[in-house]
Amino acid sequence: MKNVWIVAKRDLGSFFNSPVFYCVTTVFLILYGFIFFNILSYFSFQSFQSHQLRGANIGLNLNEMVIEPSFQNMAVILLLIIPLITMRSFSEEKKSKTFALLLSSPIHLEEIILGKFLACMIVTGLMIFLSGYSTGYLIFAGQPETGPILTGYLGILLMTGCYVAMGLFASSLTDNQIIAAVTSFGLALFMWVIGWGAQSAGPVLGQVFEYLSLITHLEHFLKGLIDSSDLVYYFSFILFGLFLTQRVLESSRWR
Amino acid sequence: MIEVEQLSKSYGPREAIRNLSFQIEKGEVVGFLGPNGAGKSTTMNILSCIMPASSGSVKICGFDIFEQTLEIRKLIGYLPETPPLYSDMVVSDYLTFAARLRNVPSGKARSAVEQAVEKCSLQDVSNRIIGRLSKGYQQRVGIAQALVHDPDILILDEPTIGLDPIQIIEIRKLIQDLASSHTIILSSHILPEITQICKRVIIISDGEIAAVDSLESLTTRLHKGERLILKVRQNDSDIIEKLRALNQVNTVVEQETGQFTIDCEPGSNIQETVAKLALDNNWGIVELKQASMTLEDIFLKLTLEENEVTQ
Repeated sequence: MKNVWIVAKRDLGSFFNSPVFYCVTTVFLILYGFIFFNILSYFSFQSFQSHQLRGANIGLNLNEMVIEPSFQNMAVILLLIIPLITMRSFSEEKKSKTFALLLSSPIHLEEIILGKFLACMIVTGLMIFLSGYSTGYLIFAGQPETGPILTGYLGILLMTGCYVAMGLFASSLTDNQIIAAVTSFGLALFMWVIGWGAQSAGPVLGQVFEYLSLITHLEHFLKGLIDSSDLVYYFSFILFGLFLTQRVLESSRWR
Repeated sequence: MIEVEQLSKSYGPREAIRNLSFQIEKGEVVGFLGPNGAGKSTTMNILSCIMPASSGSVKICGFDIFEQTLEIRKLIGYLPETPPLYSDMVVSDYLTFAARLRNVPSGKARSAVEQAVEKCSLQDVSNRIIGRLSKGYQQRVGIAQALVHDPDILILDEPTIGLDPIQIIEIRKLIQDLASSHTIILSSHILPEITQICKRVIIISDGEIAAVDSLESLTTRLHKGERLILKVRQNDSDIIEKLRALNQVNTVVEQETGQFTIDCEPGSNIQETVAKLALDNNWGIVELKQASMTLEDIFLKLTLEENEVTQ
C-alpha cells in the first residue's frame, strides 16, 4: 500500500506541474458551467411560467429537472476529458524510458498500476469537486433532495473509475500518448452506446448489451438508488480494466 | 555473488543472447564488451529483473531471478542505456522518489539522497529541473538514482555514452571511486574505458560469450607471437625476402609502401638483427617499433574468429 502511494504521489506531482492538467480542468469547468447555466435558466424560465399559470407547478422538481441532467452531461464531458488525463500514465513512461526505474525497483507491477489509478482518480476527483459549486449553489438557493445528489456523485465517481481503468489499459498498449487517448476515448464511447444495440440484438444478447452499457447503471444512481448489481458492475468493470492493464504490461516484459 | 547459467533470450524468432554462462564475485568490477547489438543491454535488463530470460538461470546472492525478483531488485542499482529520468522533476525530488521506491524508509530517504548527491557531485544542481540539465549532469543523476539506496550491485549500461571527453573522465573517476564499495557490472563498446576501469572483461559477440577473463591474461593469451613494425625510405622489392630469410621470422607483410609488419616467434628479440639488416642494405630506416596487442586487437580478433566459426 505504501508503494502504491509512492507511485501515486509522483504522478500527482507531475500532473500538477504540467499545463495539461490545468488546461483540461479549465475546459471541463467552462463546458460544465455553460451547460449547467443553461439547464438552470431553462428551469427557472419554466418555473416562472408555471408560477404565472397558477396551479400548474406540479412536477417541477429541482432534482429531476436540473441535477439529473447536469450529472448526465458531466458524465459525457468526463468521457471526453478523462482519456486526456490517463493517456500519459504508461505511454509517457515507456516513451521516456522511465518505466525501467519502476520495473527494476522492488515493487509489484500491481502496485504501480494501482498507484497510477489512484493518481488519475484523485485528479479527476478534484475536477469533479471543483464543479461542485453548482450543486452547492442549488442547495443554498433551493431545496433539492440531498440523497440523490450524494448517490449521483457516487455514481459519477464509479463511472470515472471505469473511464480511468479503460484509459490506463489503452495507455499500457502503446508508447504514443495520442493513440492512447484515441483508443481509450473509443473504448469509453463504445461502452457508453453499447446499449443502443440492445433492440436489434435479440432478447438474450440484448439484455447482455443493456447490462454492459455504462449509462444504464448510472441512471439508477442519479435517481437516488444504490443497487448492488450496479455496484458489482462498476467494481468488476474497474477490476477487469486494471487486470487487462496488468496482463498487457506483464506480457510486454516477456516479449 | 552473481551466477549466470545457460542464459538465453529471444525476441520472437530472433535470439538476442544464447547460452551465456559466467560468474561474478563480490567486489569485482566487470566489463561487458561487445559491438552494438551483441546482447549487452539484453543481459543487463535480465540481470536487473526488467525482463525475464527465455531460458537459463540467474542467481544473485543466492536468490533466484524468477522466484525472488523482489529480493534481487533490492540489491541492485540499475542505470539503463537511457537514464530513466523524469524531465519535469527536480533532482532532489527525483532521487527521493527513487530512494522511496527502493524501500529506503522515509526517515532515512533524505540522508540517502544527500549521500548520493555528494558521491555524484550534484550539489550545485540538486534544486534544478532535470530536463534543463546538461547531458553530463543528467547521466550523473542517472548514476545517483542507481546508488541512492546503497545497493550491493551496480549495473551500468553504457554510462559514458554521448558525453564530452571531460564528462567521460569525470564519470570514469566516479565509477572508479564506487568500485571500492560495490560490485559493478559495466557495459561499453568503448575499449579504453573498459581497460581503465575493469579488472575482468566479458566479451560478447553475436549473443554469445567470446571470452571471459582478466585483462592481463587475455592479453597474454592472445599475444601468441611478437610483432615488429618497420618503416623504411627505400622501396626495394627484395626487402620482404631478406626479412623473411631471417631466423625466427614467421611472416612479413607490407602494409603500405615502405611499412612492414614482421611477426616472429615469441621472445626472439630480433629488433637488433632487423636494424642491422636495414643499415647494411641502406634501406633508410625511419622507424622500428614493437607492436603490442591492444584490447582493441583482442576484441576484433575474438569477434572475428567468432564470425569465421559461424560462417
